[in-house]
Order: sequence, then structure tokens, then C-alpha cells
Amino acid sequence: MSISVRNLSKHYDKQRAVDSISFEAKPGRILGFLGPNGAGKSTTMRMLTGYLEPTSGDAEISGKNILTSAIEAKKQIGYLPENTPVYTEMYVKEFLRFIGQTYQLKNLPARVDEVIKMVGLTPEQHKKIGMLSKGYRQRVGLAQAIIHNPAVLILDEPTSGLDPNQLVDIRALIKELGKNKTVVISTHIMQEVEAICDDVIIINKGKIVANDTLTGIKQTHSQHSLEEIFRTLTA
Amino acid sequence: MYAVFKRELLSFLSSMVAYITIGIFLAVSGLLLWFFPDTSVLDYGYADLGGFFSLVPYLFMFLIPAITMRSFAEEQKEGTYELLVTKPISQWQIIWAKYLACVILVLLALIPTLIYYYSISKLGLPEGNIDSGSVIGSYIGLFLLGSAFTAIGIFASSLTKNQIIAFAIAAALCAFAFLGFDYTSEIFSMQSFETTISSLGINQHYQSISRGVLDTRDLIYFISFSVLFLLFTKLATGRK
Repeated sequence: MSISVRNLSKHYDKQRAVDSISFEAKPGRILGFLGPNGAGKSTTMRMLTGYLEPTSGDAEISGKNILTSAIEAKKQIGYLPENTPVYTEMYVKEFLRFIGQTYQLKNLPARVDEVIKMVGLTPEQHKKIGMLSKGYRQRVGLAQAIIHNPAVLILDEPTSGLDPNQLVDIRALIKELGKNKTVVISTHIMQEVEAICDDVIIINKGKIVANDTLTGIKQTHSQHSLEEIFRTLTA
Repeated sequence: MYAVFKRELLSFLSSMVAYITIGIFLAVSGLLLWFFPDTSVLDYGYADLGGFFSLVPYLFMFLIPAITMRSFAEEQKEGTYELLVTKPISQWQIIWAKYLACVILVLLALIPTLIYYYSISKLGLPEGNIDSGSVIGSYIGLFLLGSAFTAIGIFASSLTKNQIIAFAIAAALCAFAFLGFDYTSEIFSMQSFETTISSLGINQHYQSISRGVLDTRDLIYFISFSVLFLLFTKLATGRK
């Protein structure tokens, strides 16, 4: 198991942002993390990546515990936070080299060129990040997440705010990356889940309300569209 | 840690922050030392840098918060802090890297002022008649005082997303750490109380080093002062 989560909780005072959730994610599959806004998707991802401290419970990333061996666990993860925070005053290559250095990668210039090609940043590679369009900035975010070739990719709303053409490109890229990695993406776009995900977890008010494969969830609810299932489970 | 340190330093040098703050510092200290009649060394008549060394701490109270205010505040506002802490680097490494980058910048502001020392030693009668021991001591003192102020500034920046607030908190804390204890001590009439309280302040230790005597007690004071504020920073930026 690349990701295994056990009774993970995050409480803010009396509010339970994430309420004792457990799930697993397997290599070679893309897991769609669905839920209405404020359901706890980002909070869960932030706990897995070491940004937030869980109130209780724990998780393992490729066998590394996120609490007891945090640094080791972080090395296994490529993470794209929500809204793609990047240092806008840096140049694309400079930024990717910096991220590579934090992972202490060898052969960095070659690896930077490689990921730039992979995410399709070649025409914009000499620009400052602040000058890029949203779609290209998203690619920079993806490039920094995969630069150390992590076993696990955690992407928080990787396609929000993109135009239809960029959407298709980024989805194709995620699908490609998902072939040999464990990928978790959060979204509330149902077509996106149908297009790229193998497994689906629906979370509502901090609790998991469905955890199945994409085909499985459709069968159990004997409804055709994922959107209806989502509405009945989270409304 | 080196990667973060390098990025911080380059972001100072590639933006205007470094040049403007250092430029203003040099302009103001130059004006005060050479031109303004109340403080000018030329009117004073003695080839002595004492006036300069007693003015710089006041300039540092504004210069250093201006350098440090963005270090955590900006990252927390832009969300890049999340990017940084989810990389395999420890919190201490992030704090030290930011602290050292700012200390280097303070050092870069101090180095050009060595030209004042050279000019004044040339102006002495006979030439070179200047108390070099005290100047060296004062520079060490200024560097230690700058490091302490930087630690305060880094801490203030970690408290908020707003750079202006970070600046204001840092400037106020620096002023209090430098002068506050001296003034507080004067409230008490008991002599022993007075010295204990004023020895908590930076000014006391800075004055002592400026005399040209490098006492380990002062050195330990400054080091523990910086470490204490970096420790506060760690608490303020800890996982929530």
C-alpha cells in the first residue's frame, strides 16, 4: 500500500474538520477525493503532506509514518497545494532547481530539463513564473511535484481555473503519471473523476460516505451519473 | 538548508529590497556622521567614531525590521510556506536559513561603513590616531546587536501574514530590548534591582563590547538572545 490512513482526525475546537477517516490507495491507480467545499479534502491532504498536525490517528506513506518519520515520508510525496503557490519572482528553471535542491537531487540540470519537457513547459521555460498564464503556472506546480520522481502524488484541485484545452492537457498528464505512481487528486468536478479516476472516495462533513472503485460505486447505487450519487450522499 | 538560504539571499539581491534598505542606511548614517551639524564628526573636532556607533543601533531598529518583515509573513500570505514545509526539510533548517540570509544582509550594510573608519583615521592628528581596539569592539558589538535584532524581526514576521504589522512589532520589540530595560530599571530606587534589570537589556551589553573588551558574558548574552527568539519563531510556526 502506498498510502494507508488510520482513523485520521483533525478537530478545530468543537468542529470536526476531519472525523476519524481511514482509507488506502494503491500504486498504479488514481484515487479521486470528492466532496463539497469544506468537507475536509484539503485538510486531509495537508495532514498527509505534513503541513497540518493530526489531532489523532496516523498514516503511512510507502511504509513511512507521517508522524514518527516525517522527513522520510515527505521524500516519498509529490504535493501540489491548492491554488498552486509558487515563488512568482523566480524564473521557471531557477524555481525547479531550488525545489530539486530541497530534495538533494543529483544531476539536477538534466532532471529539470526532463520535467520541463514532461509537463510541456518548453516554450515558456525562460520566463519568470509571475508572467505565466494560469495553465502554465499549473504546469510549473506539477513539475515541482514530480521532480524527485515520488511514489505518491497528492494534487489538491489541480485543474481549478483552467480553460477547456488546458483541462484536457493536464488531465492527460495526470493520467500518464498515474500509470506507475499512486495518485490522489481532490476535485468537485464529476466529469473529471469519470475521465481519469480508477477509485473514488466521497467525503462529507469530515466523514467518508463512499469508498469504492468508479465502476463499483455506480453499480451499488444503480444510478447512472456520478453527479446524482454525489448529490444523494452529500446533500 | 543551503538551498533555502541561497534562495532567500538571492531574492533579496534580485529584488530592490537589499539595495534600497542598504542605500538608505548608508545615506542616513553618512549624513549624520559628516553633514548634520549636531552629530557631525567634523564639528565635534575629535577623530572619533563614538557618535557613529551610538547612532547605528537606532537606525538598525528600522533597517532590520524592514529586511526581516517579509521572511515568514510573505510566504504565509502567498501560500508558499505550505510548499516549503511539505519539502523534506526541518523547521529549524527553514528558520536558520532565513535568519542567516538576513544576518548576511545586515553584514553587507555594515561593511561599506569601514570607509568611515579609514577616513577618520586619516583625519586624525597625527594621522592614524584612532582607538582601533574600541572600533573593532564596536563593530563586533554592532554585528551582535544586528543579529539579535534580526532574530526579533524573524520572530515578528512569523506571527502574522501582514508585513506592515510584522515591521511594527519588530521595531517596537527592538526598541524595547535596546532601551526599555534601562528605562524600566530607573523606576526602582534600589541599586541592586536597577543593575539586574538594566543588564537584561541589549544596550548594557552593547556598551560593554563597544569599549573594546570582548567579555564572554556579553557574547553569551547575545547568542542566547538570538537563540531564544528563534525558539519563539519555532513555536509560532509549528504545525497547527
